[in-house]
Amino acid sequence: MAKINLNNIKKSFGKNTVIQDLSVDINDGELIVIVGPSGCGKSTLLRMIAGLEEVNSGDIIINNKNVNNLEPMERNIAMVFQNYALYPHMTVFENMSYGLKIQKTPKDEINSRVKEAAEILELSELLERKPNQLSGGQRQRVAMGRAIVRKPDVFLFDEPLSNLDAKLRVQMRLEIKKLQRKLNVTSLYVTHDQVEAMTLADKMIVMNEGNVEHIGTPLDVYQQPKSLFTAQFIGSPAMNILKGTADGNEIKIGDFKIKSENSYSGEVNFGIRPEHLSIDDNGPIKATVEFIELIGSNTLIHCRIKNSNEVIVVSIPGIIQENLSRKEIKLNFDQSKIHLFNTKDNSRIN
Amino acid sequence: MIEKNKKSYFASHIGLILGIIFIFFPVWLTFVASTVTQEDIIKPPFPLLPGPHFFENYSYALFEGTPEGYGKNIPVLKLLFNSAIMALGITIGKIIISLLSAFAIVYFRFPGRKFFFWLIFITLMLPVEVRIVPTYEIAAKLNLLNSYAGLIFPLIASATATFLFRQFFMTIPNEMVEAARMDGAKPMKFFIDILVPISRTNIAALFVILFIYGWNQYLWPLLMTTDPNMNTIVMGINQMIPGGDDFGHWPTIMATSILAMVPPVLIIITMQKFFVKGLLESEK
Repeated sequence: MAKINLNNIKKSFGKNTVIQDLSVDINDGELIVIVGPSGCGKSTLLRMIAGLEEVNSGDIIINNKNVNNLEPMERNIAMVFQNYALYPHMTVFENMSYGLKIQKTPKDEINSRVKEAAEILELSELLERKPNQLSGGQRQRVAMGRAIVRKPDVFLFDEPLSNLDAKLRVQMRLEIKKLQRKLNVTSLYVTHDQVEAMTLADKMIVMNEGNVEHIGTPLDVYQQPKSLFTAQFIGSPAMNILKGTADGNEIKIGDFKIKSENSYSGEVNFGIRPEHLSIDDNGPIKATVEFIELIGSNTLIHCRIKNSNEVIVVSIPGIIQENLSRKEIKLNFDQSKIHLFNTKDNSRIN
Repeated sequence: MIEKNKKSYFASHIGLILGIIFIFFPVWLTFVASTVTQEDIIKPPFPLLPGPHFFENYSYALFEGTPEGYGKNIPVLKLLFNSAIMALGITIGKIIISLLSAFAIVYFRFPGRKFFFWLIFITLMLPVEVRIVPTYEIAAKLNLLNSYAGLIFPLIASATATFLFRQFFMTIPNEMVEAARMDGAKPMKFFIDILVPISRTNIAALFVILFIYGWNQYLWPLLMTTDPNMNTIVMGINQMIPGGDDFGHWPTIMATSILAMVPPVLIIITMQKFFVKGLLESEK
């Protein structure tokens, strides 16, 4: 149970600035997912909250208490690592109880807490095994068990699922969400997988190059990305971005013109998600099909816009049997689904 | 290479058997010579099969030393004991010191960390023989002559073992340290509860190598000890071997040689289990 406030956090390694002036408030019981490409500072942020890394300036406040100078253990935080970091020479039971043992918790309580956590995570049968006798998913659960038994104020997850295979990842994702709901502990979850981020998060923090690009609910981030980076990073396949010039309510892209509800003049980046485009003979965009990807649930059509070098991807539900290769098609879209970003600071216009 | 061909199967076995015979023959002769009388050895032909005096020769060597008239030596049991103390002392001391210094070098950021690492590393170039005179001088001034401490301490510092543990510690994922920190383990707690148990296969391998190194020490004990009661077994054998016009009592010498071989062999056989285990346990 904890509230976390990060105020003006700055961090650099030597000359290399990793986090520049970051402020976030996290409410009690929220599951926050921090998402961003590699090297954007998301893991560093998590490690600073954990106390494994010092902040250069700014305050980390947990439950109205400044924890900048506290040891990791004193912050009452538990962390799940990407490679689990289980102690290889200890059994599952010993792994889970090690932290409690150091805190000199009475034996009876250790036993009951480990038992309880093992039941939640379905590890009861495995308590006497060593980590190398466990499967990836089981190890992952032990790592979570180690966090749960401590009854921490905050859970930190550092890409906990990236070492699992795709199927297990989906399953564990669900379990983490359920577990977090059940225990109702404030959690921070770092990932570079946007699907994980979208499904898990109460609130998402999109980071890029040490800056927060967007903080909001997953739907908000998807529907109203505040910056060009967020727009391109969230969503798969990525949003189409076309360069254009706006003149009042009209945007000129290549040879054709699109009507816009916003009044703006100057260079713009026009964004439209592949799933919001459709093939329509009355559509304004003319394009030639270059190649087609069949995913099963969707068909992705990669086209080149007429008289322009820009490529646009269209996602159509279902499978398209018709051979569209090298054919000219017309594309249409819903006015409410377009995203406009200015070209100066890449922030959202509409 | 896996060959299922019968011919090559036989050929490789013949090769192995020949190799074993070649290596093992001198040891066999030593054993035979330790089970016969002095007369049997002196008079040709040299016996190739063991004689009936096994218990007699060995118990005499162990509890009495060399017979009167063939030079005087203290009982081999005492020599074995001295060697064991020295070899174990050096081995355990080296392992503890190098574990601790590798721990310091890998996990702590202190001023001069690199400098100290290289200082330790440079001592690799200075084996006992090179620094024997100054080391003797210091040991003598500290009144360590004719003592176990004098036999053990100057040989304890080990750059090789420090280097080995350093390399091993560097392969341990950083997350392990961080997980321990999150669990509230202080540095020494982490060292004892996690680092040492994880290193146990390395420790076992090093134990074997260092024990044999300590057991085979010759020059240093020769300098350090003048009291026969502090002699080690390797020195003891040498002192039994006759020089000039003296006679040696060969059955006793041979029995002593065999006895000197037994402890290292036992160590290797018992520790072999850990080697194999270490090789199989790839998971860190």
